[in-house]
Amino acid sequence: MSLSGEHHAWRKLTNSAFSVACVVATIVAVVPLFGILYYVASRGIQGINGDFFTQLPKPVGETGGGMANAIVGTLKLVGLASLLGIPPGVMAGVYLAEFGQTRTGTVVRFSADVLSGIPSITVGIFVYTLVVLASKSFSALAGALALALIMLPTVTRTTEELLRLVPESLREAALGLGVPKWRATLSVMLRTAAPGIAVGIMLAVARVAGETAPLLFTAFNNRFWSDSWKEPTASLPVQIYTYAVSPFEDWHRQAWAAALVLVGLVLVLNISARLLVRNRVRK
Amino acid sequence: MASQPKSEVSSRSKWLQPFASEANWGDAIFRGLTLVFALVVVVALCGIALQMLKASRLGLQAFGLGFITSNAWDPIQDQFGALPFIFGTVVSSLLALTLAVPISLGIAVFLTEMCPVWLKDPVAFLIELLAAVPSVVYGLWGIFALAPWMREVVEPGLATTLGFLPFFQGPSQGFGMLTGAVILAIMITPTISAVSREVLNAVPGALREGSYALGATRWETLRTVILPFARSGLVGASILGLGRALGETMAITMVIGNRPQISSSLFAPAYTMASVIANEFTEATGDLYLSALAEIGFLLFVVTLVLNIIARALVWRVARLPEGGRL
Repeated sequence: MSLSGEHHAWRKLTNSAFSVACVVATIVAVVPLFGILYYVASRGIQGINGDFFTQLPKPVGETGGGMANAIVGTLKLVGLASLLGIPPGVMAGVYLAEFGQTRTGTVVRFSADVLSGIPSITVGIFVYTLVVLASKSFSALAGALALALIMLPTVTRTTEELLRLVPESLREAALGLGVPKWRATLSVMLRTAAPGIAVGIMLAVARVAGETAPLLFTAFNNRFWSDSWKEPTASLPVQIYTYAVSPFEDWHRQAWAAALVLVGLVLVLNISARLLVRNRVRK
Repeated sequence: MASQPKSEVSSRSKWLQPFASEANWGDAIFRGLTLVFALVVVVALCGIALQMLKASRLGLQAFGLGFITSNAWDPIQDQFGALPFIFGTVVSSLLALTLAVPISLGIAVFLTEMCPVWLKDPVAFLIELLAAVPSVVYGLWGIFALAPWMREVVEPGLATTLGFLPFFQGPSQGFGMLTGAVILAIMITPTISAVSREVLNAVPGALREGSYALGATRWETLRTVILPFARSGLVGASILGLGRALGETMAITMVIGNRPQISSSLFAPAYTMASVIANEFTEATGDLYLSALAEIGFLLFVVTLVLNIIARALVWRVARLPEGGRL
C-alpha cells in the first residue's frame, strides 16, 4: 500500500516536472521575441525623424541623412516581386487543386515544397548568373525576380490548400446551373477562397520584404535614387546590414530606425492577416 | 474507299482527345494555362540546380573532391578549400538544433496537450511572429544585444562551470560559434515547433483517450503512446529546422565572427558557407574565385534539397500511414 502510494507520488512528480518543463520551454522561446521588439522599438525610435524618411544617405563620415531611397527601393522591389510572383503562384495553385491529382501534379507540388526549403542566398546566385551577368548590371529587376522566386512556392501551396477547403457542393451547384468548369473554378471556387488566399499572400509579402541575402548580389545597393529598374537599388534590409556592420555610431542609429520601420511593416502585415482570418471564422 | 473519311475522323478525334475530354474549349485553355504556370515552379527549381552546377563547373574541374577536404582559402593564390566553411555551417547548425529541438518539442506539447483553449491562439501567434522577424533584424539585435550578453555573462559562466571541456576554453569574444548557434536556434524554433505541432495533432485522438482511460498521466501518455506514433514526424520536423539553419545567412553572418578557422572552442569566431558567399560574392575577382563561391552555394543547395526530401517523407508518414510514424 505504501509502496504503491510512493509509486503514485513518483508518477505525479514526473508528470508535474514534465508539464513545468513544457511551460518553461514556451516562455524561453517567447523571451527573445520581446527582447528584439523592445530593442528595435526603444533604439529605433531615437533614429526616427523627418530626415530619415525624406533624405538620401550622407557620405561616410558625415552625420545625418536618411533612407528615403531605401524605403522607396523596398516598396519598388516588393511591389514588382508581387507582380511577378503572385499571379503565376495563384495559377499554379489552381492547377494543383483542380487538376493536380496526376503525376504532373505530384511533381509540381514536390518542386514547390523543395523550392521553399532551399536557402534564399542560392536564389540570389541563380538570378545573378541569369540576369546580372547577362545585363552586366545589378538592377531592381534582378532583385525583384529573386524575391518573386522566393514568394512563388508559398503562394502556390497556399492557394492550393485554400481551394481544397471550399466545399465541393458549391462547384456542383455552379456546374448544375450549366456554367463551364473554368467559370465555376474562377467565379465560385477561387472567389470563395479569395480572402484566405489574400491572407496567405500578405504573409508571403511580409516574408520577402525582410529578405536580405538574395538582394545582396541582385539589387545590390545604391547611395542615390535609382531612376530606372535597370540600376542598382537600395533597400531597407540591405541598408540595415551595411549600416549595422559599419563602425559608425550614427549609422548604427539609422540601422535601428530602419529595423523599426521594417519590423513595423512586417508586424502590420502579420497582425492584419491574423485579424482577417479571425473575422472570417467568426462569420 | 468508304472507310477513308471515317479513319480521318477518328484520327482527328484522337488528336483532339485531350481537349475533347473537357466540356469545351474554354476548359481546355484554362487547364493548359494553369499547367503552364504550374510548370514554371518545376522549371524554376531545375533552372536553379542547373545554373548553379554550371556556375561552379570551373571550381569542380580545378579542385574535384579536394574542395571539401582542403582548408586553404587564399583568393590571391587561387587556392580554394571549403572545409572551414563546411565545419562552421555543420557545427553551428547542429548546435542550434540541440538547443532548439527540446524547446520546440516543449512548445508543441504545451500547445497540443496542455494549453487552455483561450491561450492557444495567442501563444501560437507569438511563436509565428518569431519566424516573421527578418533575418537581418536578428543580426542587428545579435550584434548589439546578444553578442555583448554572451561575452559578458554566458561565456564567462560556461568557462567557470564547464571550462574543463575544450569547447568552453579560450577568451570570451561574443562574436563566435556559440553566439551564431544561439541565434540560429531562436530562428529555427518556430519552424520545428509548428511542424511538430501539426504532427502531434495528426496523432489519432482515440489513442490518446485510450491511454488516459487506463489511468496514464500526461507524461506517460506522451512517452508511451504519442511519441512512438509521431516519432518519424518529429524527426522530420527537426530535419526541416536543420535545413533552415544550414541555409540561414544574414543573422549568422553578423554574429559568427567570419574567420575561416577550425577551432575546438565554441567561443572562437568561425565562418559558414552561406556567410562566405554573402561576404565575398560581389567582391570576387577572377572566374575561379567566383566559381568556388558558386560551388559552395551548389553544395548548400544539394544538402538542403536532400534534407527537405527526407524530412517531408518522414512528416508525411505520420498523417498518412495507419501505423503512424514508428521508426
